[in-house]
Amino acid sequence: MAFDINKIRNDFPILKQQVYNKPFVYFDNAATTQKPLKVIERMNKVYRETNSNIHRGVHYLSDITTRDFEHARETIRSFINAKHDHEIIFTPGTTSGINLVAFSFGEKFVSEGDEILISALEHHANIVPWQMLCKRKGAKLRVIPMNDDGELILDEYEKLLSSRTRIVAVTHVANSIGTVNPVKHIIKSAHRLGVPVLVDGAQAVQHGRVDVQELGADFYVFSGHKMYGPTGIGALYGREEILEELPPYQTGGEMVDQVTFEETTFNRLPFKFEAGTPNYIGAIGMAAAVEYLQETGLEEVAVHEKDLLDYGTGRLSEFEELVFFGRAKEKISVLSFVLEDIHPYDAGMVIDKYGIAVRTGTHCAQPVMDRFGIRGTIRASLAFYNTREEIDRLCQAIRKVIQMFK
Amino acid sequence: MDINLVQDQIIEEFEIFDDWMDKYNYLIDLSRSLPIIDEKYKKPEFLIEGCQSRVWLMADMENGTVVYTADSDAVITKGIISLLIRVMSGRQPEEIINNDLYFIDKIGLKENLSPTRSNGLVSMIKQMKLYALAYQAKAKKNN
Repeated sequence: MAFDINKIRNDFPILKQQVYNKPFVYFDNAATTQKPLKVIERMNKVYRETNSNIHRGVHYLSDITTRDFEHARETIRSFINAKHDHEIIFTPGTTSGINLVAFSFGEKFVSEGDEILISALEHHANIVPWQMLCKRKGAKLRVIPMNDDGELILDEYEKLLSSRTRIVAVTHVANSIGTVNPVKHIIKSAHRLGVPVLVDGAQAVQHGRVDVQELGADFYVFSGHKMYGPTGIGALYGREEILEELPPYQTGGEMVDQVTFEETTFNRLPFKFEAGTPNYIGAIGMAAAVEYLQETGLEEVAVHEKDLLDYGTGRLSEFEELVFFGRAKEKISVLSFVLEDIHPYDAGMVIDKYGIAVRTGTHCAQPVMDRFGIRGTIRASLAFYNTREEIDRLCQAIRKVIQMFK
Repeated sequence: MDINLVQDQIIEEFEIFDDWMDKYNYLIDLSRSLPIIDEKYKKPEFLIEGCQSRVWLMADMENGTVVYTADSDAVITKGIISLLIRVMSGRQPEEIINNDLYFIDKIGLKENLSPTRSNGLVSMIKQMKLYALAYQAKAKKNN
């Protein structure tokens, strides 16, 4: 199917509105993406027609919802090409997935003097859970450094890997500046020492095809709401062998096998890690988002977004006051920049009044900002429903910002 | 002048702006009129940390009134601060503590006071009132 931008924009009702009497431009896609009708209507249908708690009832609707939920798991499995359905754990989102692994993996495999390796490009969600684990266990957090373009220094990574390393946790794509990390290479090096790798895919799965088997990832986490699905749902992929070894994280209903007051045995995968009623309607909505992305074509999405990135980089470079952060050779459609000494918050407030949504600040990645010696950037993160005309509108707003604050 | 008269005055000043950019330009002008706090006084104890912009606030007691000095690294935030100082500074503690700041809402800058904006302004207003409370307590003790 040919990539038809007008048809695509029609699929997203929220894009049609006016903000401050101007056509709405949404450039905050790295924070969350908008939802196509397919997702909204799919969830609406469950609420209106089939809602019932899953895996519990013997009744008609419970069967339908259970089937839809497990079908969603299969859809997510095939989306990232995992080997088995039970390697997909539904979570409330990327943050939860990382916390689950940091807890359960940490309980089993991390002790005093061990090391956890993360990178300088991480979102706080892939820093703090590991920091907490290190505190609990007396382990040490080590950080793979980056260069001035925002690329990880792989030689340094190789040096940091050692017999003390228990796990490597890296982001696939950096949310703050868009760098695409060479995760396949990172995983290969770690595996040579038998060290498993968790990949934070929150900013990756919506931009191109991800194959967890091809990457060799041991854990891969992502969120529904950043890939055109609903909030409050995400997926954790874990290799079967490693998931089997981990103790449960949260406990409660659904995840148990036999419960007496003396002893509890736990359910098999994936239920062992899904305590309580899961967000099954979220999961069904997330699967609808996957189907939407697949119908649109992930290759076409990547091509259009690359065009937007190149066009945006070119247009913004015309401002001599503008300084880009993140000039990695491999990056996705994120434009992160400052306008000389103009405060990003001031710029953001004016840009907002043009009906354009950008994000300003540290993007939950303070160490990245510290590395560049800045207190924040203006970030325009683009999605496949954005257009070149919208980038032109952003340029108009930036011209106004410069005129006002210089 | 009564504290609410000052607030009403500001509301009137802003009524002539029908465009956001004019409003912001006015705030930018106001930010320039606010004395800049010397870097050496920008100490952590005066810093109100916001995720978006930072605010420094100091208070002194002069002839029974609380006098505020403040600064911000963001210009529009600083413009709003200058309005807050115009309303609150040089008043007796009771006036400051009991005052309802309605002018910000009326001039259309309410979203700047949303806690989720995290620009330091909400904490700043709270801190201004806390300073007033502290000076009031101190005055009572001395009497």
